[in-house]
Amino acid sequence: MASFATFGNDLYTGRRQFDFIGKRKRWYALTAVLLVLAAAGLFGRGLNFGLEFTGGSEIRVPGISNTASYDTRAADAVTSVTKTESNLRVSKLGEGTVRVQAEKLGDGTPATTEAVKNALAKEFDVPATSAETSFIGPSWGESVTNKAIVALFVFLAFVSVVLALYFRTWKMAAAALIALIHDLFFTVGIYALTGLEVTPATMIGFLTILGYSIYDTVVVFDKVRENASEAFATGRRSFDQAANYAVNQMLVRSINTSVVALLPIAAILVVGVFFIGPSTLLDIAVALFIGVAVGTFSSIFIATPALTDLRRREKGVQELARRAKAYQKRAAGDSDEEAGHGAESSGVLTSRAASGAASGASATMRRRGAHPAAQRDE
Amino acid sequence: MSTPTGAPHNIDSNRPNRAKAKKTPPSSPKKSLAGLLIVFLALIGGIAATDSWLPKLGLDLEGGREVVLEPVVTGGSSVNESQVKQAVDIIRNRVDASGTAEAEVTTLGARNIVVSIPGNPSRQVLDSLSRSSQLDFRAVVATAQGSKQGQSPYRLPEVIKTSGANQATPSASASTSPSASSSGGSSSPAPSSSSSSKDVLPSAYKQAGPENASDTAWGEQKVDAAWVKAGIASSNMTYNQLLQVYACTPSYQEVAASIPANKPVVVCSKEGNEKLLLGPVEVKGADLTDASSGMATNQQGNQTGEIAVDLKLNGEGKTAFANVTRRLALLQEPRNRFAITVDGQSISAPNVREPLTSGQAQITGGFTAESGKLLADSLKFGALPMSFKELTSDQLSPELGSDQLTKGIIAGAIGLGLVVLYSLLQYRALGLVTVASLLVAAAMTYLAVTLLGSVNNFRLSMAGVTGLIVAIGITADSFIVYFERVRDEVRSGRPLRAAVDTGWARAKRTIIISDAVNFLAAVVLYVLSESTVKAFAFTLGLTTLIDLLVVMLFTHPVVALLARTKFFGNGHPASGLDPERLGARTATYAGRGRVTLADRRRTAQEGTA
Repeated sequence: MASFATFGNDLYTGRRQFDFIGKRKRWYALTAVLLVLAAAGLFGRGLNFGLEFTGGSEIRVPGISNTASYDTRAADAVTSVTKTESNLRVSKLGEGTVRVQAEKLGDGTPATTEAVKNALAKEFDVPATSAETSFIGPSWGESVTNKAIVALFVFLAFVSVVLALYFRTWKMAAAALIALIHDLFFTVGIYALTGLEVTPATMIGFLTILGYSIYDTVVVFDKVRENASEAFATGRRSFDQAANYAVNQMLVRSINTSVVALLPIAAILVVGVFFIGPSTLLDIAVALFIGVAVGTFSSIFIATPALTDLRRREKGVQELARRAKAYQKRAAGDSDEEAGHGAESSGVLTSRAASGAASGASATMRRRGAHPAAQRDE
Repeated sequence: MSTPTGAPHNIDSNRPNRAKAKKTPPSSPKKSLAGLLIVFLALIGGIAATDSWLPKLGLDLEGGREVVLEPVVTGGSSVNESQVKQAVDIIRNRVDASGTAEAEVTTLGARNIVVSIPGNPSRQVLDSLSRSSQLDFRAVVATAQGSKQGQSPYRLPEVIKTSGANQATPSASASTSPSASSSGGSSSPAPSSSSSSKDVLPSAYKQAGPENASDTAWGEQKVDAAWVKAGIASSNMTYNQLLQVYACTPSYQEVAASIPANKPVVVCSKEGNEKLLLGPVEVKGADLTDASSGMATNQQGNQTGEIAVDLKLNGEGKTAFANVTRRLALLQEPRNRFAITVDGQSISAPNVREPLTSGQAQITGGFTAESGKLLADSLKFGALPMSFKELTSDQLSPELGSDQLTKGIIAGAIGLGLVVLYSLLQYRALGLVTVASLLVAAAMTYLAVTLLGSVNNFRLSMAGVTGLIVAIGITADSFIVYFERVRDEVRSGRPLRAAVDTGWARAKRTIIISDAVNFLAAVVLYVLSESTVKAFAFTLGLTTLIDLLVVMLFTHPVVALLARTKFFGNGHPASGLDPERLGARTATYAGRGRVTLADRRRTAQEGTA
């Protein structure tokens, strides 16, 4: 981990900088391509809605010791009750659980589902009490979906207000929302493209992504604001550079956060896939795994670049860019030694460059040049 | 600089930066930890008071039947809030009647009703839940004293003529137009419906022999097969005998509710103080157009100071009601009464003293403002036959549930272990603070969930468990934000104690706003969504609050205390705060009069070399 710590140090001090803002067009293009793909999946293939949305019956029979030719046995047991060839989907989950799904079992009443359950339990020699049935009326899913959509819009409205108040500029709220919508759209697109089943638990996952995405963006923006106010005070770096510096400084945190958030989710995923099978646990975990990964990407590559684009036309920001350019030119010109790698993208001068630049400036300013954050509240 | 004189720092790093330390009261970390202790003691005390140390589990983990019912009113008109409330009462009654312990009836959203029954309820029980409910008017044939004694002296309500149409708003103005509105447009009888009262009963009359619905001959008839099947009566029992053996319990009421309209029935009064043998249905609830309560008025339209419940019937109901009251008015007690039944229970059984032909009537007798309104509401909302559509019906297996819970807990433990491992790698000894904080958060969450289980009947479902596992990552992130900030300050060359203070000041803001956003998401989800989503949102909100508490009251105080130790304060290589490893020496230009930890150590090394 030593190298990772050094990596973090270099990012923090500005010795090593990634040019996220300057190369933003590249990320925008990549995002645009991905979003077009997501849209194609969403509007072309559409989402694969689970039984809870389409309505139907599901029966799970656990603890089966002999699962040989389970599919035909299950189908026979079902038809012995319903007397019709229903459109059955029979699958085996985990070790000894058989799942039967149908849009409509027999006459489509809960009672028939019950009778089918008993027949299945008998067929597989399992007590009927341990079998699980689920009957979902056709209008149920619609009401659940509508509620989720209303919740989504209310949340967006609230969050916009809270962020606009907290950051005291609507532009940060707008940029955070752009990233959020990107995350949501992209995640849903992945579901459409891969044909993963969307269940109410998946919806929970989607809605949780909202909170996470905003959360992640807020942490980065907090640093952007700190660096920006510093930049406006000293005129040492442009807004773009201040923002880029912030993203770099927060990069280690972003990686750590994502890893820490993803670890428990990954644990659920592994346990879910191999030992539980389709369940609330697994469905939420899949949605969150995708969402957290996408959310981390967007807070680095989308949110902050979008913020700089939103603010680029501001008079103050343009003025700052001019001041910073003049300052950095002077610093570079005064110094015989080359400025560090971060000088261009983040406006960070290494201490040597800074000391050169500060030959005409006071010692206090020299310190600031190297470490704006360190001096702020002295 | 914090030392205004700019004098060189004391090289003794056990006491770095005295001025900084003065800014924050030295007792503050201990105060915070004491606060945490109080929170814990409060939680434990609360649980001890309720004496249940395990969280309540949801049906999906415990096993059982969950049915979501939607009340449907005939005619397709939408169900309003009061009707849903009434529907919940009806369903709760029915669930109680089935004798299932610990069943729960709650509303889901604006109009759906969730019934959760642990175990494996039979199909009959489930069918009885979705049976339609209807309000009926039946004539009283005979009565007997119920098992429960009502308030004495028991005063029989009576039904009387009303003075006019403005009964709904009883006020002084009612007296100014006593007779003007006695027959409104609605009261003109519809010719086609004049035979409606006969329509209800033709077969009953022919088969049974009784002359009319009040005939005592009903009492000599053999009871319906439904009573025998339910084990309440033997097959050769008469209705009179049934009246004697009938008990005012939910299970009897259950059977009574299932009796068809053309059969007599035995029911109890709502208070349980009277048992009534009733004839077949004569006026259907659907014919009741309105019911309201207010001050009673006499024939002259003057208020009598008594609370009354006013009824309004439509054309069909008016004719039927007129026929019934004409007959009842001539009979002796108790046969001059009619009962209004809902779901196998009589909600009112007033006397009839005179024929009521206007389609409007007033029930008076011992009502309080409250009980009058209650009856009026029952009449109004019970008037429409309400049936229940099964939206979903899930039988959840306890085996599958506990299996999922076990595996979920294993997944959570693995996740926690990985997070612990990662933070130890990243933050060395400081990672131990993460571990301790996560454990404190886990303990607090367990206690909170357990307490909410007994106090607020909060049940942990699979969605909730998932929320808790996911929260591990989000909780741990607060520590990461905090530690990274402290490290940033160390990189900037601050001595550790100062770095902890300033790092915390900045991290706190970030943690608060990001937790606020998370909490907001949880609240919105909780308020606007249903069932599983709600459970998930609840745990998410709860863990967000706990995260905030733990960071404020545990993580920061502990780090602040640790910063005073030699191991952390000196930035031991294994502490995770080693300035050299964090590049403080090479990258910072500490400036005049400022000696970083790294510089000090280098000086020390040079000295020893």
